[in-house]
Amino acid sequence: MGSTNSTLSKIPNVEELMQETGFTPAHIVRLYDRFEALDKEKTGHLRPQDFGAINRLAMNPIGDRIIGAFFSPGQETVDFHSFVRILAHFRPADKKRPKDPSMPEPVNSRTSKLKYPPLVFSLISVAFQLYDQDKDGKISRAELLQVLRSMLEMQVTEEQLESIADRTIQEADLDKDDAISFEEFRKSLEKVNIDHKMSIRFLR
Amino acid sequence: MRTMGGFSQMKLAVNFLTIGLVILSLPCGSYTEIPPKPPGSLTVLPPVKPAGGPQAFPDAENSNLPAFTMDYARIQVPFEVTLWVLLASFAKIGFHVYHKITFWVPESCLLISIGLIVGAIMHSVHEEPPAVLSYNVFFLFMLPPHRTGVWILYAPRDRSSRTWEPVLWFAVVGTLWNSIGIGMSLYAVCQIEAFEVQDINLQENMLFAAIISAVDPVAVLSVFEDVSVNEQLYIVVFGECLFNDAVTVVLYNMFIFVADMPVVEPVDVFLGVARFFVVGLGGMGFGVIFGFVASFTTRFTSNVREIEPLFIFMYSYLAYLVAELFSISSIMAIVTCALTMKYYVEENVSQRSCTTIRHVVKMLGTISETLIFFFLGVVTITTEHEWNWGYIMFTLLLALVWRGLGVLVLTQIINPFRTIPFNFKDQFILGYGGLRGAISFALVFTLPDSIGRKKLFVTTTICMIMFTVFIQGISIRPLIEFINVRRTNRNLETINVEIHSRLIEHTIAGVEDLCGQWSHYYWKDKFLKFNNRILRKIPIRDNRAESSIVALYKKLELQNAMGILDTVSGDINAGSSIVPLHEEKKSSGKPKRKFVAADLMNMHDILSKNMYKIRQRTTAYTTKHSLPNDSRTKEILIRRHTSIRRSLGPGSFNGPNEAKSQKYFSLPPGKSLDSKFPPQRLRHTGNDDDETMSEMDYPSARSRFNQPSRSSSRAMLPLRRLNTLTEVPSSSVVDLVDERSGGRGAWGRGMSRLNSSSSDSRIPAPRRHHDPSNGPDNGSSGDHGSGDNGPEGEQQPLSPTPAWAAEPGDRDDSGTQKPLLRPQWKTRKP
Repeated sequence: MGSTNSTLSKIPNVEELMQETGFTPAHIVRLYDRFEALDKEKTGHLRPQDFGAINRLAMNPIGDRIIGAFFSPGQETVDFHSFVRILAHFRPADKKRPKDPSMPEPVNSRTSKLKYPPLVFSLISVAFQLYDQDKDGKISRAELLQVLRSMLEMQVTEEQLESIADRTIQEADLDKDDAISFEEFRKSLEKVNIDHKMSIRFLR
Repeated sequence: MRTMGGFSQMKLAVNFLTIGLVILSLPCGSYTEIPPKPPGSLTVLPPVKPAGGPQAFPDAENSNLPAFTMDYARIQVPFEVTLWVLLASFAKIGFHVYHKITFWVPESCLLISIGLIVGAIMHSVHEEPPAVLSYNVFFLFMLPPHRTGVWILYAPRDRSSRTWEPVLWFAVVGTLWNSIGIGMSLYAVCQIEAFEVQDINLQENMLFAAIISAVDPVAVLSVFEDVSVNEQLYIVVFGECLFNDAVTVVLYNMFIFVADMPVVEPVDVFLGVARFFVVGLGGMGFGVIFGFVASFTTRFTSNVREIEPLFIFMYSYLAYLVAELFSISSIMAIVTCALTMKYYVEENVSQRSCTTIRHVVKMLGTISETLIFFFLGVVTITTEHEWNWGYIMFTLLLALVWRGLGVLVLTQIINPFRTIPFNFKDQFILGYGGLRGAISFALVFTLPDSIGRKKLFVTTTICMIMFTVFIQGISIRPLIEFINVRRTNRNLETINVEIHSRLIEHTIAGVEDLCGQWSHYYWKDKFLKFNNRILRKIPIRDNRAESSIVALYKKLELQNAMGILDTVSGDINAGSSIVPLHEEKKSSGKPKRKFVAADLMNMHDILSKNMYKIRQRTTAYTTKHSLPNDSRTKEILIRRHTSIRRSLGPGSFNGPNEAKSQKYFSLPPGKSLDSKFPPQRLRHTGNDDDETMSEMDYPSARSRFNQPSRSSSRAMLPLRRLNTLTEVPSSSVVDLVDERSGGRGAWGRGMSRLNSSSSDSRIPAPRRHHDPSNGPDNGSSGDHGSGDNGPEGEQQPLSPTPAWAAEPGDRDDSGTQKPLLRPQWKTRKP
């Protein structure tokens, strides 16, 4: 615990961060260690290249999108606080931590700032933003195609890709604008237990 | 009304059979003095007439050549076994005549009830029950198929490791907890003088507790499946079902041994624990070894496809028997063997063999389950009982209490480690679902006679089983509905869901990497790498890495075909009402929906197979009972073909008519498709059946059992799916008539031919079928490497008209048909 405390003391505003994200000190320390490890030049900021240095992430078909999600537009770096905040979206949602009884859904407090809907949707919205690269609030056919292409790689012909994309859009598109809005996106996923799928177990 | 009809009909059948059985076995039993024997003496004929040759049964003293002989003793055992199996099967038919019975009352209850009736009849005529329930018969012949059957029938869909963690925990620790707890407290109960059971010592109590704590919730599983409770709960119960009998058998053997000992020393306890691990892990080890050897064997079976399933069965059984030989956990052995084989064998054996294997396993499993419960009923009536209110009631109570406590405690221990903890409702259902079944029954029945209170134990166990199966089994469904346990949504997911979940999972994988958090995927990955690099090379015939692409092509081709079929039939329904549709009308709505569903399934499969490159997580979208689905798809396809034929016959198709209608020259316009096809038609459906069946069936199987992305070579070529629609030159039609004249009856012969050549890449199958004279050799030599042009080139001389099966991408001259060949489902507006 001594090392935990000493690490914690190195992080500015750690209390606020923990309140905000609902991470325990152990989580924060762990994430901090990871952050340090990624931050090879010890600048206190991570650049996309730092992320790209993770081999397996580089192999991930949508790796660059994931990396992109950490950087708000126009910004080249991400500091520890934003890093943790973004990761907080993947925290198992249904665990009520004794740490923060006053704020059962801590991310909510920052929803306006981060432009994320309440926590229930936050995972979905992360996913949505991974599609929606031009941030117009809609997944267009082209955007969908891009994602599909990167996920399916070269295994299918363009034509097949297109038809899959068409199908997908048709299926989800309720207002017939040939694009998937966030609402439609959410609807199409509402039967899936997203929490179950998307929670990362920090610190086994 | 139908209930009554079905029921009485069934009962009639049962009675008839029973009476027949009784009548048949009565005189002979008295004549030859054969009590039902353990099968060890099966081969030993009673020395009625030592002289060989046929024995004249009615008038033995007559030395003339008998005109009529009857030698019942000779056939008695197999005859009776057959009758029993038949009887049980009839009962099963009976239940399903009217579905509502099995909806509310678990099948096991019904079987036991029938068994009770039969037992009563047999008891009234003083007929002994068959000795099928000797220890050996049960454990050597009935249990293995039952367990593997459970595995196949109820294997859960979600195989992500997150849900699998608690399985072993509950199965192993839970069973231990139960047996020790029940044993101890029963011993305490025995000290109460009022019950007059002080003579039961601790060892016997422990032995009995081990028997009693074998939970066998097959009935619960089927209820769970119907109401689709959440996967987590399902998997826990499933795993419990599968593994805990292994634990129980181990405990049983241990305590049997201990029960004979006058004094138990601490060393024995220690040895017992050690033995426990030896037995469990040893069983797994044997299973893996045999599975691996079996996989290795199937590497060489490409020319003897007929016996492929045999290898699978024999190896599994061998694993079981060898494990029994060393008295280590044979159930563990057969289950791990099956798992290991699933992993590798499916890539080697042909689709047909796979289907056969699944069918046979299901069949055997169902039959043995049926028989077990059936005999339970019979034996309940026909054995002597010793009734002791105190002991029995306390056993029931203690079993419930300890089970409940165990579930509570164990979930409390495991919950902190889980993303989705078990909530209270889950725990309750888990505790309540502790039905006892076949294992307990068989174990208690085969207790050695040296145990003084064996009769009491038998009675108590039967009470326990009856209580849990009837009371808990019947009430669990309403209870689940009532307390509203979390359910999973078993609706067919949309393509959206598929894609998005993949994206999400990739994201998770990425973020996990980002956090340096590998969790359990780390070791899984390590193993998969090792497996792909080294292990797979040994048993799998041609281990090529990138066949998922090809598999995808195949799938897409199938989709295209289906799309075409679908739009065509859509045209019929919309445009030309000339075609008499009345016979399809009644089902037109439903099949269509199903068809779309099938279509979707396919896409899901593609997506699920191909979106994983990094973590190779595969979620299986399977249906638990895939066989019914097959038939449905089959039927649908047949209908599609009909409608195509019909629409094309009168020329209602408004595309490039000439070419296409010519393609269907063999189409009899307006003929009823369902019954009478022309030979070519038969061939079509034949192929389509098989194709679709495997398409529909095997994705599930594959993705279920092959976690990593499939890198097999099953389909090395893009499937000319549409080849089935190409016309066949008349000469080969003639051949086909010959070959298929027996219809499906000629299957065996056809299969050998088909399989021997085409199962690696099932693509050439239709082609070879066009031209049987080509022979198997031709195909296997040419098909693997020949790429896209292989089948085309070979086919070209055969079919005078341009093959409209040409894929859009690779044949430019098929431009006219292109609109047809594009995936048509995209034109169908939802």
